[in-house]
Amino acid sequence: MTEGLRATLSAHRFAVTAEVGLPHGADPDGLTARVTALKGWVDAVNIIDNASAKVAVSSLAGAVIALRAGVEPVMQLTCRDRNRIALQSDLLGAATLGIPNVLLLTGDHPRFGDHPQAKAVFDLDSIQLTWLARTMRDDGRLLSGRRLDPPPRFLVGAVENPFAPPIDLRAARLAKKVAAGAEFVQTQLIFDVPTFERFLRDVRDLGVADRVAILAGVGPVRSLRALEFLQRSVPGVHIPDEIAKRLRGVTPERVAEEGVRQCIETIDALAGLPGVAGIHLMAFGFERGIPELIQRSAAGALRSTPSSERGGDGAH
Amino acid sequence: MLTRTVAEPLEEFVRTDGPRPTTPRLSARGSYRIAPYVAPRRLLRRLAALIEGRGWLRRLFVSAERGSKWALYGCRMCGQCALPATGYACPMTCPKQLRNGPCGGVGAGGECEVYPDRPCVWVTAARRAQATGHTADLDRLQRPIDHRLWDSSSWLGYWQGRDADLWTAPAPQRPQLVLLPVLSSPGQAHD
Ligand code: SF4
Repeated sequence: MTEGLRATLSAHRFAVTAEVGLPHGADPDGLTARVTALKGWVDAVNIIDNASAKVAVSSLAGAVIALRAGVEPVMQLTCRDRNRIALQSDLLGAATLGIPNVLLLTGDHPRFGDHPQAKAVFDLDSIQLTWLARTMRDDGRLLSGRRLDPPPRFLVGAVENPFAPPIDLRAARLAKKVAAGAEFVQTQLIFDVPTFERFLRDVRDLGVADRVAILAGVGPVRSLRALEFLQRSVPGVHIPDEIAKRLRGVTPERVAEEGVRQCIETIDALAGLPGVAGIHLMAFGFERGIPELIQRSAAGALRSTPSSERGGDGAH
Repeated sequence: MLTRTVAEPLEEFVRTDGPRPTTPRLSARGSYRIAPYVAPRRLLRRLAALIEGRGWLRRLFVSAERGSKWALYGCRMCGQCALPATGYACPMTCPKQLRNGPCGGVGAGGECEVYPDRPCVWVTAARRAQATGHTADLDRLQRPIDHRLWDSSSWLGYWQGRDADLWTAPAPQRPQLVLLPVLSSPGQAHD
């Protein structure tokens, strides 16, 4: 069922990627267990690069651990901690180790992490980094002009947040990332489907819909604490009042199931939208629940049906 | 929605903890109106060469540029001015120094993720570009900057055509990234 992200996307099959947390100690077993549990369920796992600017095992090491466990990684790489020398070196290193997908982002500011005293690098921005990765791969050159022989072969991904102002320019920003070379994009968590639909429409209007595979970001909110955390402390996440009310409206022991149900409904709604190539699951420490989320939602049915039998949504 | 933040020049100038999003004092309309007068032409090219040739004159010119652009835009003297393509809002005042548009952390009210008491400079840039009919400028891909040029004059470079390739046309189809004039000079072949 899973032959990798690139194959899934190019065959226009419904793709599923999932984020996994990285260890804060020098222990490979926990991560190996977490990615192994997703084997066969997802096309690739996202290996996060020091999420929230908090030190964890490097995404390069995490991606290698995933590869060893037989699960395809998407290696995240941020501009926060590296200048262009280190970025190119890590991209080359990733390619040399056989990491098939990279996801290039700006990164959270160190101010909010566990080392607020750190120097923020931001030598390149995420669009320049995307452009750089495609230049390395397709033109076979470094930013200095020096030739790469052989050049790397990774699939280049980016992120976008359809819910952050200026909202009317977010699709244009995605188009810019596509122009810079992004082949797939994972979005911020989606709770507000109508706003996301408007974003998709804008992307289509800009004529880039068939040049990029959009993986819609989803995740279950399994406690009121998680709800408050997302509302207050995660930049760029927008949770509509009805959803907050819905989670607050059930008895405490039922919040988790209600959150899972809400997430499944969102997946079902997203899976039917033209322009959605798949989903990207962010389950915040609930990685073990990912198979259930896939099975109980439209994603499960879409993934067990060969693409030729699915009418109409072949062109994403 | 957005409250105008007026920079406090002195306090800001001595800050060492990195850039903060700054709302320009000069309106976008005013900035675009002034632009043609400082556009490169033969006279200005000659003048720039003359100024560059004399150390004291260059230093004087650089301080004048620093002072005026600081007061008007919160300019940080990156030496490769992006203002003409960003609705005349300085992207180098973004705490992440993003030159290609806003990050994903902009608050629901348009506030900066890092300094929530200030509007995101890219929200400001978008508003200014939209209000003056320059939205397409935001689609230009901005190339990586040359960090050797910090604290040098962007005007002198501009008048002498040195930063002609800082950004692409508005709707690019994967142009070449490498070998832009600012980054490599002739005789620096890398093969
Ligand atoms: S919100 Fe993001 S893009 Fe805007 S000024 Fe702050 S750090 Fe820069």
